[in-house]
Amino acid sequence: MSVIKILSNASIPFMILVICLIGYVRGVKIYDAFIDGAKEGLATAVRILPFLVAMFVAIGIFRASGAMSLFTGLLSPIARLLGISRDLLPLAIIRPLSGTGSLEVLSDILKVHGPDSLTGRMASVMQASCETTFYVLTVYFGAVGIKKIRHTLLIGLMADILAFAGAVLICRAVFAAP
Amino acid sequence: MVNLIWFLLIATGVVTGALSGRNEAVTRAALSGAQDAVALVFGLIGVITMWSGVMRIAEEAGLTEMIGRFVKPVAARIFPGVPQDHPAMTAIVMNIIANILGMGNAATPLGLKAMEEMQKLNKKKDEASDAMCTFLALNLSVVVLVPTTVIALRAQHGSTNPSETVGPTIFLTMCCMVLTLVADRVMRGLSSSGRRRRR
Repeated sequence: MSVIKILSNASIPFMILVICLIGYVRGVKIYDAFIDGAKEGLATAVRILPFLVAMFVAIGIFRASGAMSLFTGLLSPIARLLGISRDLLPLAIIRPLSGTGSLEVLSDILKVHGPDSLTGRMASVMQASCETTFYVLTVYFGAVGIKKIRHTLLIGLMADILAFAGAVLICRAVFAAP
Repeated sequence: MVNLIWFLLIATGVVTGALSGRNEAVTRAALSGAQDAVALVFGLIGVITMWSGVMRIAEEAGLTEMIGRFVKPVAARIFPGVPQDHPAMTAIVMNIIANILGMGNAATPLGLKAMEEMQKLNKKKDEASDAMCTFLALNLSVVVLVPTTVIALRAQHGSTNPSETVGPTIFLTMCCMVLTLVADRVMRGLSSSGRRRRR
């Protein structure tokens, strides 16, 4: 655990050092190369802006409207079927849409149920196992101007559903419920 | 499909907002959403620019060929469409490493770089290539070794063992990653243009 932490903290400076060192030794004009690349990077950052605005506005409207409780209500039979707390549903809905939003929901669940409850553990595994699918797709495809995204959204949502169901199963198996 | 989801988010939001008398909050959320996006991009400009610079040094130093040779056995199977010594491969590999180690703000710039390099290899510029689909499938399901934010949040709420969910998370994300890659392989043929249904 701590080894991994140290590794992940040290990896960025070392990666940069190793790249610069190899470049320098091989006679690359590393400063000029950096500037050339950085110019491209700046253009990329500006290019993703409209895509992010579109996504954030829609998600903002959705979250502020209270539509979440509507969806939770619609999905509560599924929660009953799986035998899990319906408090987990908002997390499943918001997780692919918004990273900060889902952290707020997770924090709520941990506060209400306690971090060491089965529900709290399930929520923790869900949060860590899923990605902010919409954000990633928006930013990555936006950066290169791709409109036809083929099956990637389906795949992303499938991964999220798998992680959600998997978190329920694995927590039941590992932290045997009383 | 993106069009549909975008519409559904806005439509359900506006309608529920109006029915529950939250019009004002919805208006505020729309405007602040736009502002948040700008703030996020501003925050990203620095890191993206820095990593693009570093990656250019790596390219000119011939590191791409080195990494290509190193990852060839695995990468050739997962990304058959990307030449092993192409800069795209370096960016892909570095992005996946950053993701696994939970270095979020290094992963995004490297991922964007990978997308740009793959776009250079892409024949239809407005449609995602097979390699891009696989890359995103991998990105959306990759193994997470240290879910730092979740551990921190659990500790903050007084867990007796904040990192006890790490083991299950690693196991689960591994299973998800394998299943997602298989699903990508299966769906790839169905979703390529030509045979593709209109969405």
